[in-house]
Amino acid sequence: MEQALLWFFALAALVGGALMLVLRHPMRVALALIASMMSLAGVYAMLGVHVIAVFQVLIYVGAVMVFMVYAIMLLDVRDPSFTHRYSGYLLPGLAGLAVLAWTFFHTIGNSPLQAGASPATTAFDVQPFSAAFLNDFWLYFELTSVLLLAAVVAAIAILKARRGNHE
Amino acid sequence: MNNTQLLLSVSTGLFCIGLVGVIVRRNLLVMLMCMELMLNGVILSLVTLSQQAASATGAVLVFLVFVVAAAEIAIAVPIVLLLARRKHTLDADAFSDLKG
Repeated sequence: MEQALLWFFALAALVGGALMLVLRHPMRVALALIASMMSLAGVYAMLGVHVIAVFQVLIYVGAVMVFMVYAIMLLDVRDPSFTHRYSGYLLPGLAGLAVLAWTFFHTIGNSPLQAGASPATTAFDVQPFSAAFLNDFWLYFELTSVLLLAAVVAAIAILKARRGNHE
Repeated sequence: MNNTQLLLSVSTGLFCIGLVGVIVRRNLLVMLMCMELMLNGVILSLVTLSQQAASATGAVLVFLVFVVAAAEIAIAVPIVLLLARRKHTLDADAFSDLKG
């Protein structure tokens, strides 16, 4: 049962990603990306990595994609890039995709991977994650807070620049 | 095909789809979302391999990548809005004068 669910979520993630290439309107692309991310959260939950599954839903779907959906709704719907999906790089891009995907899958198929990723083990609970996070990686925790502060300052600077150009 | 190979294949598949999306799509916001898809593929491979190693370090690293992705999108979306205000379009071809 868990094995079947793992396959289902993995395939759903890939289907969501493929829909992103085909759909026309950015809002539908955003919904396909949200579906793909939720499927990935299901994959993480099936792997027993519940912390990451919760973060995937909370941070990615809850914060990042909601922000993206706001940005899509702010912008004009009658944009020409909404009706013409693909740029002039369509054929070179697809050729590059074929070569890259073949290389990756060939490498994965021939590499001596252990069959260790099993859907029943619970490797990361919240408790060992929190202990490792705040004992061993406290410096990186502080650095991410600095990074977020820098991002906020940069976003404000961009908005100020926009206002300055209009005056 | 065992589970590790399945998950790594899905991870590379997502990465390739995202990369092609950045190349072939015209809309700037769609390109940004395809970048997020690439990042998701990389995170899936990170989770798979760290779950195999049964260490909490991988989970911490994934959490830090989440934070970096949130910071990236917080800067990238205002830049896209700024570009859209300047050229009144979201078409990436309209910015080809940046080539120099």
